[in-house]
Amino acid sequence: MTLNPELPLQFSPLHRLQWEEAQQKYVILYPEGMVELNQSSAEILQLCDGAHNPVQIVETLEAKFATTGLGNDIFTFLNIALQNGWIKQG
Amino acid sequence: MAGSNKADITPPRWLLAELSYKCPLQCPYCSNPLDYAQYPNELSTDDWKRVLSQARKMGAVQLGFSGGEPLTRQDLVELVRHARELGYYSNLITSGYGLNEAKIIELKQAGLDHIQVSIQASTQELNDHIAGTATYQHKREVARLVKKHGYPMVLCVVIHRQNIHQMPQILEMAENLGADYLELANTQYYGWAHINRDALLPTREQFQQAEAIAQAYKEKVAGKMKIYYVVPDYYEDRPKACMNGWGTTFLTIAPDGTALPCHSARELPGLDCPNVQDFSIEHIWNESKTFNFFRGTDWMQEPCRSCDEKHKDFGGCRCQAFLFNADMYSTDPVCSKSPERHRIDAAIASARAQTMVTVEKPLIFRNTKNSKPFFKA
Repeated sequence: MTLNPELPLQFSPLHRLQWEEAQQKYVILYPEGMVELNQSSAEILQLCDGAHNPVQIVETLEAKFATTGLGNDIFTFLNIALQNGWIKQG
Repeated sequence: MAGSNKADITPPRWLLAELSYKCPLQCPYCSNPLDYAQYPNELSTDDWKRVLSQARKMGAVQLGFSGGEPLTRQDLVELVRHARELGYYSNLITSGYGLNEAKIIELKQAGLDHIQVSIQASTQELNDHIAGTATYQHKREVARLVKKHGYPMVLCVVIHRQNIHQMPQILEMAENLGADYLELANTQYYGWAHINRDALLPTREQFQQAEAIAQAYKEKVAGKMKIYYVVPDYYEDRPKACMNGWGTTFLTIAPDGTALPCHSARELPGLDCPNVQDFSIEHIWNESKTFNFFRGTDWMQEPCRSCDEKHKDFGGCRCQAFLFNADMYSTDPVCSKSPERHRIDAAIASARAQTMVTVEKPLIFRNTKNSKPFFKA
């Protein structure tokens, strides 16, 4: 399971991404478990919506935060997310 | 009593709603209290809705509908819908008994996130014997339907000496049923499991062999099926970080509305566990004697008090300390630093001795008749 830069990503239907008011952060929820996300991870996962591929996610976030050079960090995180089953590709 | 600093209190994250102690199964390792039949009262639908709302407001996000068998409650769909509206991730922890396709669809539409089905063994004969009910075929069918309707499917198998030899078949069964997660829960020896321990506790060799098989299988199914392996703490030399620390994360509400820091805590003496019919969740969590009892580390005795691992395991399990040492403040006897560790070793030896005899002790099944001798005056 390796990341394809050109294929769109979807958030897993077996997980839920949700804003938690009490914790003031996004979390991933799954059977009897929860992962707390920092802001950048949450930004990336919200773009795993079936419409963006990894390259487009990098472009979108670099534009949003008016910066460059986010590619490596984003690809690293997307690989982790894929391995954990939080997102799916293809 | 610790008298912890209020500023240190973290909000609940997990709410375990034990909707009912009624259960058509009679598993001899049930985690319900031995005297469960003494508490037949159940909260009303409105009580449960209020509890769910109050705990959610404080920050609880994972919700387990458990029991007994939660499907015995006629208002389960209504409670699931309420939980979804509040933003909980809701887990139904069920034997599968009484679950059919129409109900599975109805619960999905109401917003249920996940169904965990228990299976007692990989063969019909052993499953039906341990459950005390003929349920094997139906459980397999329920597992298939859960998967079919798009839920993450978690299969839970409680492991003990009667089924540990089936480890390879249990793993194959879970894979064939398409489980997304397999929970291999080594029996924790409280309540019914505690009185049946001689018949349930595997030997060290059995445990090591089964664990090696499960670990190897983990690699085989990586990326397809996640395997959670709950270790049997008797064979560890450090205690488990029970409940992630008392009153830090977990809140259990028993069927009669009693609020508990863990589902066994009503066995402990003198805690005066509060009831949600008398107090709000916020009051119970922050102010009650029960939830503050073992918060922090001030209550600890030696060797915990001066131990550099006390923030890692919080002294282990209070219920286990009480069961073995009759002193709920003492170090969990699982710990090799505990002067009472020999009691755990004696329990292991006693169970091993049972494997050598020709006529083993009979299992005491969890039912109302067997609960009565344990009623408290």
